[in-house]
Amino acid sequence: MSNLPKTAELVIIGGGVIGTSIAYELAKRGMKDIVLVEGDTISSGSTGRCGGGIRAQWSTPENVRLAMASVERFKSLESELETELEFEQGGYLILAHSDQELQQFESNVKMQKSLNLDVDLITPSQAKEIVPSLNIEKITGATWCPSDGSINPFLLNFAYARAARQKGVKIFQHTKVIGIEHKAQKITGINTDQGKISTNQLVNAAGGYAGFIGKLAGLDLPVVPHRHEILATEQINRFFKNMIMSFEYNLYFRQVMDGGIVGGQTNPGELPGTDIKSGLTFLKEMSVKLTHFIPKLKQVKVIRQWAGLYCTSPDAQPILGKIENLAGYYQAIGFSGHGLMLAPRTAVLMANCIADPDFQDEDLSRLNLDRFKHGIVSGERSVV
Amino acid sequence: MKDDIIICRCQDVTEQEIVDAIKKYNLSTVDEVKRVTRAGMGHCQGKTCRKLVEQILSRELSRPVSADQYTTLRPPTRAVPLDLLANAEQSFDKVVSRGRGGHNE
Ligand SMILES: Cc1cc2nc3c(=O)[nH]c(=O)nc-3n(C[C@H](O)[C@H](O)[C@H](O)COP(=O)(O)OP(=O)(O)OC[C@H]3O[C@@H](n4cnc5c(N)ncnc54)[C@H](O)[C@@H]3O)c2cc1C
Repeated sequence: MSNLPKTAELVIIGGGVIGTSIAYELAKRGMKDIVLVEGDTISSGSTGRCGGGIRAQWSTPENVRLAMASVERFKSLESELETELEFEQGGYLILAHSDQELQQFESNVKMQKSLNLDVDLITPSQAKEIVPSLNIEKITGATWCPSDGSINPFLLNFAYARAARQKGVKIFQHTKVIGIEHKAQKITGINTDQGKISTNQLVNAAGGYAGFIGKLAGLDLPVVPHRHEILATEQINRFFKNMIMSFEYNLYFRQVMDGGIVGGQTNPGELPGTDIKSGLTFLKEMSVKLTHFIPKLKQVKVIRQWAGLYCTSPDAQPILGKIENLAGYYQAIGFSGHGLMLAPRTAVLMANCIADPDFQDEDLSRLNLDRFKHGIVSGERSVV
Repeated sequence: MKDDIIICRCQDVTEQEIVDAIKKYNLSTVDEVKRVTRAGMGHCQGKTCRKLVEQILSRELSRPVSADQYTTLRPPTRAVPLDLLANAEQSFDKVVSRGRGGHNE
Protein backbone atom coordinates (compact mmCIF):
# COMPACT_ATOMS: atom_id res chain seq x y z
CA MET A 1 0.00 0.00 0.00
CA SER A 2 3.03 2.23 0.20
CA ASN A 3 2.54 4.34 -2.90
CA LEU A 4 3.01 7.42 -0.78
CA PRO A 5 3.87 10.44 -2.96
CA LYS A 6 7.33 11.99 -2.61
CA THR A 7 5.98 15.51 -2.40
CA ALA A 8 2.77 17.29 -1.49
CA GLU A 9 1.47 20.84 -1.41
CA LEU A 10 0.15 20.17 2.09
CA VAL A 11 -0.03 17.19 4.43
CA ILE A 12 -2.82 16.78 6.95
CA ILE A 13 -1.97 14.58 9.93
CA GLY A 14 -5.04 12.76 11.27
CA GLY A 15 -8.14 11.23 9.67
CA GLY A 16 -10.66 12.20 12.34
CA VAL A 17 -13.44 14.69 11.77
CA ILE A 18 -11.05 17.65 12.04
CA GLY A 19 -8.46 16.41 9.52
CA THR A 20 -10.98 15.15 6.98
CA SER A 21 -13.17 18.28 7.17
CA ILE A 22 -10.17 20.57 6.68
CA ALA A 23 -9.07 18.40 3.73
CA TYR A 24 -12.51 18.74 2.19
CA GLU A 25 -12.77 22.51 2.68
CA LEU A 26 -9.28 23.07 1.24
CA ALA A 27 -9.96 20.90 -1.81
CA LYS A 28 -13.24 22.74 -2.27
CA ARG A 29 -11.27 26.00 -2.41
CA GLY A 30 -9.27 24.53 -5.28
CA MET A 31 -6.10 23.46 -3.50
CA LYS A 32 -4.41 20.60 -5.35
CA ASP A 33 -2.04 17.92 -4.18
CA ILE A 34 -3.31 17.52 -0.63
CA VAL A 35 -2.27 14.36 1.21
CA LEU A 36 -3.93 13.16 4.42
CA VAL A 37 -2.13 10.57 6.51
CA GLU A 38 -3.87 8.55 9.17
CA GLY A 39 -1.96 6.19 11.47
CA ASP A 40 -4.90 3.81 11.84
CA THR A 41 -8.18 4.09 9.91
CA ILE A 42 -10.72 6.88 9.39
CA SER A 43 -12.69 7.52 12.59
CA SER A 44 -10.55 5.20 14.72
CA GLY A 45 -9.63 8.05 17.10
CA SER A 46 -11.81 10.26 19.29
CA THR A 47 -14.28 10.96 16.53
CA GLY A 48 -15.39 7.35 16.30
CA ARG A 49 -15.65 7.17 20.10
CA CYS A 50 -17.59 10.32 20.86
CA GLY A 51 -21.14 11.02 21.98
CA GLY A 52 -22.30 12.79 18.83
CA GLY A 53 -23.73 15.75 20.71
CA ILE A 54 -23.95 19.22 19.21
CA ARG A 55 -24.61 22.25 21.40
CA ALA A 56 -24.07 25.97 21.28
CA GLN A 57 -24.74 26.42 25.02
CA TRP A 58 -21.21 27.34 26.07
CA SER A 59 -19.86 29.84 28.56
CA THR A 60 -17.36 31.55 26.24
CA PRO A 61 -18.52 33.61 23.24
CA GLU A 62 -15.90 31.98 20.99
CA ASN A 63 -17.27 28.48 21.64
CA VAL A 64 -20.86 29.73 21.21
CA ARG A 65 -20.06 31.40 17.89
CA LEU A 66 -18.09 28.43 16.53
CA ALA A 67 -20.88 26.05 17.55
CA MET A 68 -23.68 28.22 16.16
CA ALA A 69 -21.90 28.61 12.83
CA SER A 70 -21.29 24.85 12.81
CA VAL A 71 -24.99 24.16 13.41
CA GLU A 72 -25.76 26.32 10.38
CA ARG A 73 -23.29 24.24 8.34
CA PHE A 74 -24.72 20.96 9.70
CA LYS A 75 -28.14 21.92 8.34
CA SER A 76 -26.93 21.92 4.75
CA LEU A 77 -24.15 19.37 5.03
CA GLU A 78 -26.28 16.33 4.16
CA SER A 79 -27.13 17.80 0.78
CA GLU A 80 -23.64 19.22 0.23
CA LEU A 81 -21.89 15.92 1.04
CA GLU A 82 -24.70 13.97 -0.64
CA THR A 83 -25.28 11.50 2.15
CA GLU A 84 -27.33 10.80 5.27
CA LEU A 85 -25.67 12.01 8.49
CA GLU A 86 -28.49 11.48 11.02
CA PHE A 87 -28.34 15.17 11.95
CA GLU A 88 -31.19 16.01 14.27
CA GLN A 89 -32.03 19.16 16.25
CA GLY A 90 -33.50 17.48 19.31
CA GLY A 91 -32.21 20.11 21.75
CA TYR A 92 -29.97 20.05 24.83
CA LEU A 93 -31.39 20.12 28.32
CA ILE A 94 -28.75 21.22 30.84
CA LEU A 95 -29.72 20.65 34.45
CA ALA A 96 -28.93 22.93 37.38
CA HIS A 97 -28.80 21.56 40.93
CA SER A 98 -28.32 24.62 43.14
CA ASP A 99 -29.15 28.31 43.17
CA GLN A 100 -25.53 29.11 42.62
CA GLU A 101 -25.47 26.98 39.49
CA LEU A 102 -28.67 28.64 38.28
CA GLN A 103 -26.99 32.02 38.61
CA GLN A 104 -24.06 30.86 36.48
CA PHE A 105 -26.55 29.52 33.93
CA GLU A 106 -28.39 32.83 33.96
CA SER A 107 -25.27 34.71 32.99
CA ASN A 108 -24.44 32.09 30.32
CA VAL A 109 -27.91 32.41 28.87
CA LYS A 110 -27.67 36.19 28.81
CA MET A 111 -24.40 36.06 26.84
CA GLN A 112 -25.76 33.29 24.56
CA LYS A 113 -28.93 35.26 23.85
CA SER A 114 -26.85 38.33 22.98
CA LEU A 115 -25.34 36.15 20.24
CA ASN A 116 -28.88 35.22 19.08
CA LEU A 117 -28.99 31.69 20.41
CA ASP A 118 -32.52 30.34 20.99
CA VAL A 119 -31.89 29.35 24.58
CA ASP A 120 -33.99 29.77 27.75
CA LEU A 121 -33.80 29.23 31.45
CA ILE A 122 -36.66 26.90 32.43
CA THR A 123 -38.21 25.46 35.58
CA PRO A 124 -37.95 21.83 36.71
CA SER A 125 -41.56 21.18 35.69
CA GLN A 126 -40.90 22.62 32.23
CA ALA A 127 -37.92 20.25 32.00
CA LYS A 128 -40.27 17.41 32.86
CA GLU A 129 -42.58 18.45 30.05
CA ILE A 130 -39.67 18.04 27.64
CA VAL A 131 -38.63 14.65 29.08
CA PRO A 132 -41.60 13.22 31.01
CA SER A 133 -39.53 10.32 32.43
CA LEU A 134 -36.98 12.70 34.00
CA ASN A 135 -36.65 12.57 37.79
CA ILE A 136 -36.57 16.25 38.81
CA GLU A 137 -35.96 15.67 42.54
CA LYS A 138 -32.50 17.20 42.65
CA ILE A 139 -33.07 19.81 39.96
CA THR A 140 -33.43 23.55 40.61
CA GLY A 141 -33.87 24.53 36.98
CA ALA A 142 -32.41 23.97 33.55
CA THR A 143 -31.44 25.60 30.31
CA TRP A 144 -33.03 24.48 27.09
CA CYS A 145 -31.86 25.14 23.57
CA PRO A 146 -34.03 23.41 20.96
CA SER A 147 -31.63 24.06 18.06
CA ASP A 148 -28.88 22.01 19.73
CA GLY A 149 -28.84 18.39 18.68
CA SER A 150 -26.79 15.46 17.51
CA ILE A 151 -25.26 13.74 14.51
CA ASN A 152 -23.82 10.33 13.71
CA PRO A 153 -20.07 10.94 14.18
CA PHE A 154 -18.99 8.01 12.01
CA LEU A 155 -21.13 9.06 9.10
CA LEU A 156 -19.91 12.66 9.37
CA ASN A 157 -16.27 11.59 9.43
CA PHE A 158 -16.59 9.10 6.56
CA ALA A 159 -18.68 11.56 4.52
CA TYR A 160 -16.02 14.28 4.80
CA ALA A 161 -13.34 11.72 3.85
CA ARG A 162 -15.33 10.57 0.85
CA ALA A 163 -16.07 14.12 -0.32
CA ALA A 164 -12.39 15.06 0.12
CA ARG A 165 -11.33 12.03 -1.96
CA GLN A 166 -13.81 12.97 -4.67
CA LYS A 167 -12.18 16.39 -4.84
CA GLY A 168 -8.74 14.83 -5.27
CA VAL A 169 -7.38 14.55 -1.73
CA LYS A 170 -5.18 11.48 -1.37
CA ILE A 171 -5.85 9.65 1.86
CA PHE A 172 -3.33 7.16 3.21
CA GLN A 173 -4.48 5.02 6.12
CA HIS A 174 -2.18 2.86 8.27
CA THR A 175 0.46 5.55 7.72
CA LYS A 176 1.87 6.93 10.93
CA VAL A 177 3.85 10.16 11.19
CA ILE A 178 7.11 9.52 13.04
CA GLY A 179 9.07 12.66 12.26
CA ILE A 180 8.66 16.25 11.11
CA GLU A 181 11.43 18.11 9.32
CA HIS A 182 11.96 21.83 9.43
CA LYS A 183 14.75 24.17 8.47
CA ALA A 184 15.24 27.87 9.20
CA GLN A 185 11.84 27.98 10.94
CA LYS A 186 10.05 26.48 7.96
CA ILE A 187 8.37 23.10 7.57
CA THR A 188 10.19 21.01 4.95
CA GLY A 189 8.72 17.53 5.23
CA ILE A 190 7.26 14.69 7.22
CA ASN A 191 8.48 11.19 7.88
CA THR A 192 6.08 8.29 8.16
CA ASP A 193 6.45 4.57 8.77
CA GLN A 194 5.60 4.21 5.07
CA GLY A 195 8.11 6.75 3.75
CA LYS A 196 8.92 10.43 3.53
CA ILE A 197 6.95 13.29 1.98
CA SER A 198 8.51 16.67 1.20
CA THR A 199 6.10 19.46 1.93
CA ASN A 200 6.18 23.06 3.09
CA GLN A 201 2.83 22.94 4.82
CA LEU A 202 1.24 20.62 7.32
CA VAL A 203 -1.82 20.57 9.55
CA ASN A 204 -1.65 18.97 12.98
CA ALA A 205 -5.10 17.39 13.39
CA ALA A 206 -3.93 14.42 15.45
CA GLY A 207 -6.59 14.66 18.19
CA GLY A 208 -5.34 13.08 21.44
CA TYR A 209 -1.88 12.78 19.89
CA ALA A 210 -1.60 16.46 18.91
CA GLY A 211 0.95 17.11 21.65
CA PHE A 212 3.08 14.23 20.37
CA ILE A 213 2.97 15.63 16.80
CA GLY A 214 3.95 19.02 18.25
CA LYS A 215 6.99 17.43 19.91
CA LEU A 216 8.06 15.94 16.58
CA ALA A 217 8.13 19.50 15.26
CA GLY A 218 10.06 20.72 18.31
CA LEU A 219 7.03 22.42 19.87
CA ASP A 220 5.86 22.22 23.44
CA LEU A 221 2.10 22.57 23.04
CA PRO A 222 -0.18 23.13 26.05
CA VAL A 223 -2.45 20.17 25.34
CA VAL A 224 -2.89 16.93 27.28
CA PRO A 225 -4.74 13.72 26.39
CA HIS A 226 -7.29 12.47 28.92
CA ARG A 227 -9.28 9.25 28.73
CA HIS A 228 -13.06 9.57 28.78
CA GLU A 229 -15.36 6.58 29.14
CA ILE A 230 -18.76 6.10 27.58
CA LEU A 231 -21.39 3.35 27.34
CA ALA A 232 -24.30 2.26 25.18
CA THR A 233 -27.39 0.30 26.14
CA GLU A 234 -29.53 -2.03 24.12
CA GLN A 235 -32.15 -0.50 21.82
CA ILE A 236 -35.44 0.50 23.39
CA ASN A 237 -38.40 2.47 22.05
CA ARG A 238 -37.32 6.04 21.57
CA PHE A 239 -38.77 8.24 24.32
CA PHE A 240 -36.59 11.35 24.12
CA LYS A 241 -34.65 13.05 21.37
CA ASN A 242 -32.55 15.56 23.25
CA MET A 243 -29.26 15.38 25.09
CA ILE A 244 -29.51 15.59 28.90
CA MET A 245 -26.55 17.02 30.71
CA SER A 246 -25.47 17.85 34.25
CA PHE A 247 -22.16 19.52 35.07
CA GLU A 248 -22.70 19.20 38.83
CA TYR A 249 -23.41 15.47 38.64
CA ASN A 250 -20.96 15.07 35.81
CA LEU A 251 -22.77 13.25 33.02
CA TYR A 252 -24.37 13.56 29.62
CA PHE A 253 -26.64 11.09 27.83
CA ARG A 254 -28.97 10.85 24.88
CA GLN A 255 -31.00 8.23 23.09
CA VAL A 256 -29.53 7.72 19.65
CA MET A 257 -31.73 7.21 16.59
CA ASP A 258 -31.57 3.42 16.73
CA GLY A 259 -32.87 3.49 20.33
CA GLY A 260 -29.77 2.86 22.45
CA ILE A 261 -28.91 5.20 25.31
CA VAL A 262 -25.37 6.58 24.96
CA GLY A 263 -23.78 8.46 27.83
CA GLY A 264 -20.58 9.31 29.63
CA GLN A 265 -18.87 11.25 32.36
CA THR A 266 -15.46 12.62 33.26
CA ASN A 267 -13.85 10.13 35.62
CA PRO A 268 -12.83 11.93 38.81
CA GLY A 269 -9.07 11.94 39.25
CA GLU A 270 -8.29 10.74 35.73
CA LEU A 271 -4.62 11.37 35.03
CA PRO A 272 -3.28 12.50 31.65
CA GLY A 273 -2.38 9.65 29.30
CA THR A 274 -3.28 7.88 26.10
CA ASP A 275 -4.47 4.62 27.64
CA ILE A 276 -8.08 3.97 26.58
CA LYS A 277 -9.03 0.92 28.64
CA SER A 278 -12.56 0.82 29.96
CA GLY A 279 -13.43 -0.12 33.52
CA LEU A 280 -16.12 -1.36 35.86
CA THR A 281 -16.03 1.70 38.16
CA PHE A 282 -17.26 3.88 35.33
CA LEU A 283 -19.99 1.41 34.49
CA LYS A 284 -21.26 1.33 38.06
CA GLU A 285 -21.14 5.10 38.53
CA MET A 286 -22.92 5.81 35.27
CA SER A 287 -25.57 3.20 36.08
CA VAL A 288 -26.31 4.87 39.42
CA LYS A 289 -26.65 8.28 37.80
CA LEU A 290 -28.62 7.14 34.74
CA THR A 291 -31.15 5.20 36.81
CA HIS A 292 -31.43 8.16 39.19
CA PHE A 293 -32.30 10.61 36.46
CA ILE A 294 -34.43 8.20 34.41
CA PRO A 295 -35.73 5.51 36.80
CA LYS A 296 -37.44 3.63 34.01
CA LEU A 297 -34.01 2.66 32.61
CA LYS A 298 -33.45 0.21 35.50
CA GLN A 299 -34.15 -2.94 33.51
CA VAL A 300 -32.34 -1.71 30.40
CA LYS A 301 -29.10 -3.52 29.64
CA VAL A 302 -25.68 -2.08 28.91
CA ILE A 303 -24.31 -3.78 25.83
CA ARG A 304 -21.10 -1.92 25.20
CA GLN A 305 -18.60 0.37 26.84
CA TRP A 306 -15.51 2.00 25.44
CA ALA A 307 -13.26 5.01 25.92
CA GLY A 308 -11.55 7.69 23.89
CA LEU A 309 -9.34 10.70 24.38
CA TYR A 310 -10.15 14.33 24.98
CA CYS A 311 -7.35 16.58 23.81
CA THR A 312 -7.57 19.07 26.67
CA SER A 313 -6.35 22.65 26.40
CA PRO A 314 -5.83 24.98 29.40
CA ASP A 315 -9.05 26.94 28.72
CA ALA A 316 -11.12 24.11 27.17
CA GLN A 317 -11.20 25.94 23.86
CA PRO A 318 -9.54 24.76 20.66
CA ILE A 319 -6.16 26.04 19.53
CA LEU A 320 -6.36 27.02 15.88
CA GLY A 321 -4.37 28.43 13.00
CA LYS A 322 -0.71 29.14 12.42
CA ILE A 323 2.03 29.76 14.95
CA GLU A 324 4.97 32.12 15.32
CA ASN A 325 8.43 30.98 14.23
CA LEU A 326 7.43 27.91 12.25
CA ALA A 327 6.14 28.80 8.80
CA GLY A 328 3.89 26.23 7.16
CA TYR A 329 2.79 24.65 10.45
CA TYR A 330 -0.95 24.83 11.14
CA GLN A 331 -2.97 23.21 13.90
CA ALA A 332 -6.57 22.51 14.92
CA ILE A 333 -6.18 20.84 18.31
CA GLY A 334 -7.24 21.02 21.96
CA PHE A 335 -10.97 20.58 21.39
CA SER A 336 -11.37 19.42 25.00
CA GLY A 337 -14.33 17.14 24.34
CA HIS A 338 -16.23 19.24 21.82
CA GLY A 339 -14.43 18.84 18.53
CA LEU A 340 -17.15 17.07 16.63
CA MET A 341 -19.67 19.86 17.04
CA LEU A 342 -17.12 22.56 16.22
CA ALA A 343 -15.67 20.77 13.19
CA PRO A 344 -17.68 22.34 10.33
CA ARG A 345 -16.86 25.95 11.31
CA THR A 346 -13.30 25.08 12.33
CA ALA A 347 -12.67 23.52 8.93
CA VAL A 348 -13.93 26.63 7.13
CA LEU A 349 -11.74 28.93 9.25
CA MET A 350 -8.69 26.69 8.88
CA ALA A 351 -9.11 26.33 5.11
CA ASN A 352 -9.57 30.08 4.71
CA CYS A 353 -6.45 30.84 6.72
CA ILE A 354 -4.35 28.27 4.85
CA ALA A 355 -5.60 29.24 1.40
CA ASP A 356 -5.37 32.98 1.97
CA PRO A 357 -2.50 34.42 4.04
CA ASP A 358 -4.42 37.69 4.51
CA PHE A 359 -7.57 36.03 5.88
CA GLN A 360 -8.69 37.60 9.14
CA ASP A 361 -11.27 36.38 11.60
CA GLU A 362 -11.88 37.45 15.17
CA ASP A 363 -12.44 33.95 16.58
CA LEU A 364 -9.50 32.49 14.67
CA SER A 365 -7.14 35.09 16.10
CA ARG A 366 -8.55 34.77 19.62
CA LEU A 367 -8.12 31.01 19.49
CA ASN A 368 -4.53 31.18 18.31
CA LEU A 369 -1.81 29.55 20.44
CA ASP A 370 -0.44 33.00 21.30
CA ARG A 371 -3.29 33.56 23.79
CA PHE A 372 -1.32 31.53 26.33
CA LYS A 373 1.78 33.72 26.06
CA HIS A 374 0.84 35.60 29.18
CA GLY A 375 -0.14 32.59 31.27
CA ILE A 376 -3.40 30.72 31.63
CA VAL A 377 -6.50 32.51 30.40
CA SER A 378 -9.88 32.02 32.01
CA GLY A 379 -11.87 29.63 29.95
CA GLU A 380 -14.88 27.50 29.23
CA ARG A 381 -16.75 26.38 32.35
CA SER A 382 -19.60 24.37 30.90
CA VAL A 383 -17.81 21.07 30.44
CA VAL A 384 -18.30 17.42 31.35
CA MET B 1 -30.49 -11.43 -3.71
CA LYS B 2 -27.97 -9.67 -1.46
CA ASP B 3 -30.58 -7.33 -0.08
CA ASP B 4 -32.49 -10.33 1.29
CA ILE B 5 -29.52 -11.66 3.21
CA ILE B 6 -29.28 -10.29 6.74
CA ILE B 7 -25.68 -10.30 7.96
CA CYS B 8 -26.17 -8.58 11.32
CA ARG B 9 -29.40 -9.78 12.87
CA CYS B 10 -29.22 -7.49 15.91
CA GLN B 11 -29.04 -4.33 13.83
CA ASP B 12 -30.82 -5.63 10.73
CA VAL B 13 -27.99 -4.97 8.27
CA THR B 14 -28.14 -6.67 4.87
CA GLU B 15 -25.28 -7.93 2.74
CA GLN B 16 -26.19 -5.37 0.10
CA GLU B 17 -25.89 -2.49 2.61
CA ILE B 18 -22.44 -3.74 3.59
CA VAL B 19 -21.27 -4.08 -0.01
CA ASP B 20 -22.60 -0.59 -0.81
CA ALA B 21 -20.85 0.93 2.21
CA ILE B 22 -17.53 -0.74 1.30
CA LYS B 23 -17.71 0.80 -2.17
CA LYS B 24 -19.06 4.19 -1.16
CA TYR B 25 -16.54 4.87 1.58
CA ASN B 26 -13.51 2.77 0.47
CA LEU B 27 -13.73 0.58 3.57
CA SER B 28 -11.17 -2.14 4.17
CA THR B 29 -11.62 -3.35 7.76
CA VAL B 30 -14.39 -4.91 9.84
CA ASP B 31 -14.18 -2.00 12.29
CA GLU B 32 -14.82 0.52 9.53
CA VAL B 33 -17.80 -1.48 8.25
CA LYS B 34 -19.13 -1.56 11.81
CA ARG B 35 -18.82 2.22 12.18
CA VAL B 36 -20.61 2.98 8.93
CA THR B 37 -23.34 0.30 8.89
CA ARG B 38 -23.67 -0.55 12.61
CA ALA B 39 -23.19 -4.25 11.77
CA GLY B 40 -21.83 -5.69 15.02
CA MET B 41 -23.03 -2.89 17.29
CA GLY B 42 -26.16 -4.65 18.51
CA HIS B 43 -27.05 -6.92 21.36
CA CYS B 44 -24.58 -9.70 20.54
CA GLN B 45 -21.77 -7.25 19.71
CA GLY B 46 -20.84 -8.90 16.44
CA LYS B 47 -20.13 -12.37 17.78
CA THR B 48 -21.56 -13.92 14.61
CA CYS B 49 -21.47 -11.24 11.98
CA ARG B 50 -17.90 -10.03 12.24
CA LYS B 51 -16.71 -13.23 10.56
CA LEU B 52 -19.26 -12.80 7.79
CA VAL B 53 -18.30 -9.14 7.34
CA GLU B 54 -14.65 -10.12 6.98
CA GLN B 55 -15.63 -12.69 4.35
CA ILE B 56 -17.53 -10.05 2.41
CA LEU B 57 -14.56 -7.67 2.62
CA SER B 58 -12.22 -10.39 1.42
CA ARG B 59 -14.48 -11.11 -1.55
CA GLU B 60 -15.09 -7.46 -2.47
CA LEU B 61 -11.44 -6.42 -2.15
CA SER B 62 -10.04 -9.70 -3.55
CA ARG B 63 -7.80 -10.29 -0.58
CA PRO B 64 -7.46 -13.26 1.76
CA VAL B 65 -9.61 -13.48 4.91
CA SER B 66 -7.64 -12.20 7.87
CA ALA B 67 -8.49 -13.04 11.47
CA ASP B 68 -6.58 -9.89 12.57
CA GLN B 69 -9.32 -7.88 11.02
CA TYR B 70 -11.98 -9.02 13.44
CA THR B 71 -13.39 -6.07 15.26
CA THR B 72 -12.46 -5.38 18.88
CA LEU B 73 -14.88 -7.03 21.26
CA ARG B 74 -15.95 -4.40 23.73
CA PRO B 75 -16.92 -5.12 27.34
CA PRO B 76 -19.20 -6.18 28.99
CA THR B 77 -19.09 -9.72 27.58
CA ARG B 78 -22.80 -10.10 28.26
CA ALA B 79 -25.48 -7.43 28.42
CA VAL B 80 -26.01 -6.31 32.05
CA PRO B 81 -29.07 -4.43 33.38
CA LEU B 82 -28.30 -0.92 34.65
CA ASP B 83 -29.88 -1.49 38.05
CA LEU B 84 -27.69 -4.54 38.71
CA LEU B 85 -24.63 -2.37 38.14
CA ALA B 86 -26.18 0.52 40.07
CA ASN B 87 -26.93 -1.69 43.10
CA ALA B 88 -23.33 -2.80 43.20
CA GLU B 89 -22.40 0.83 43.80
CA GLN B 90 -25.47 1.75 45.85
CA SER B 91 -26.03 5.37 46.62
CA PHE B 92 -26.33 8.29 44.26
CA ASP B 93 -24.92 10.65 46.90
CA LYS B 94 -21.83 8.52 47.33
CA VAL B 95 -21.18 8.47 43.60
CA VAL B 96 -21.66 12.18 43.04
CA SER B 97 -19.58 13.02 46.11
CA ARG B 98 -16.55 11.79 44.15
CA GLY B 99 -16.71 15.14 42.43
CA ARG B 100 -17.17 16.51 38.98
CA GLY B 101 -13.75 15.52 37.80
CA GLY B 102 -13.61 18.21 35.08
CA HIS B 103 -10.16 18.85 33.72
CA ASN B 104 -10.67 22.50 33.13
CA GLU B 105 -11.72 23.89 36.44
C1 LIG C 1 -16.09 9.69 25.16
C2 LIG C 1 -16.07 10.93 24.32
C3 LIG C 1 -17.27 11.63 24.09
C4 LIG C 1 -17.27 12.79 23.31
N1 LIG C 1 -18.44 13.42 23.06
C5 LIG C 1 -18.47 14.48 22.21
C6 LIG C 1 -19.70 15.07 21.83
O1 LIG C 1 -20.78 14.65 22.26
N2 LIG C 1 -19.67 16.13 20.99
C7 LIG C 1 -18.49 16.63 20.49
O2 LIG C 1 -18.52 17.59 19.74
N3 LIG C 1 -17.32 16.06 20.83
C8 LIG C 1 -17.28 15.00 21.67
N4 LIG C 1 -16.08 14.43 21.99
C9 LIG C 1 -14.84 15.04 21.48
C10 LIG C 1 -14.61 14.68 20.04
O3 LIG C 1 -14.62 13.28 19.90
C11 LIG C 1 -13.26 15.22 19.57
O4 LIG C 1 -13.08 16.56 19.97
C12 LIG C 1 -13.13 15.14 18.07
O5 LIG C 1 -13.50 13.89 17.60
C13 LIG C 1 -11.71 15.47 17.68
O6 LIG C 1 -11.52 15.14 16.33
P1 LIG C 1 -10.06 15.04 15.77
O7 LIG C 1 -10.17 14.81 14.32
O8 LIG C 1 -9.26 16.21 16.24
O9 LIG C 1 -9.42 13.80 16.55
P2 LIG C 1 -9.46 12.23 16.21
O10 LIG C 1 -10.79 11.78 15.79
O11 LIG C 1 -8.82 11.55 17.37
O12 LIG C 1 -8.51 12.11 14.95
C14 LIG C 1 -7.11 12.21 15.08
C15 LIG C 1 -6.53 11.11 14.24
O13 LIG C 1 -5.12 11.28 14.19
C16 LIG C 1 -4.55 10.01 14.08
N5 LIG C 1 -3.15 10.10 14.51
C17 LIG C 1 -2.69 10.28 15.76
N6 LIG C 1 -1.34 10.26 15.75
C18 LIG C 1 -0.96 10.09 14.46
C19 LIG C 1 0.30 9.98 13.81
N7 LIG C 1 1.47 10.05 14.48
N8 LIG C 1 0.32 9.79 12.47
C20 LIG C 1 -0.85 9.71 11.77
N9 LIG C 1 -2.06 9.80 12.33
C21 LIG C 1 -2.12 9.98 13.66
C22 LIG C 1 -5.39 9.15 14.99
O14 LIG C 1 -5.30 7.79 14.62
C23 LIG C 1 -6.77 9.72 14.79
O15 LIG C 1 -7.55 8.98 13.87
C24 LIG C 1 -16.04 13.28 22.76
C25 LIG C 1 -14.86 12.57 22.99
C26 LIG C 1 -14.86 11.41 23.75
C27 LIG C 1 -13.57 10.67 23.95
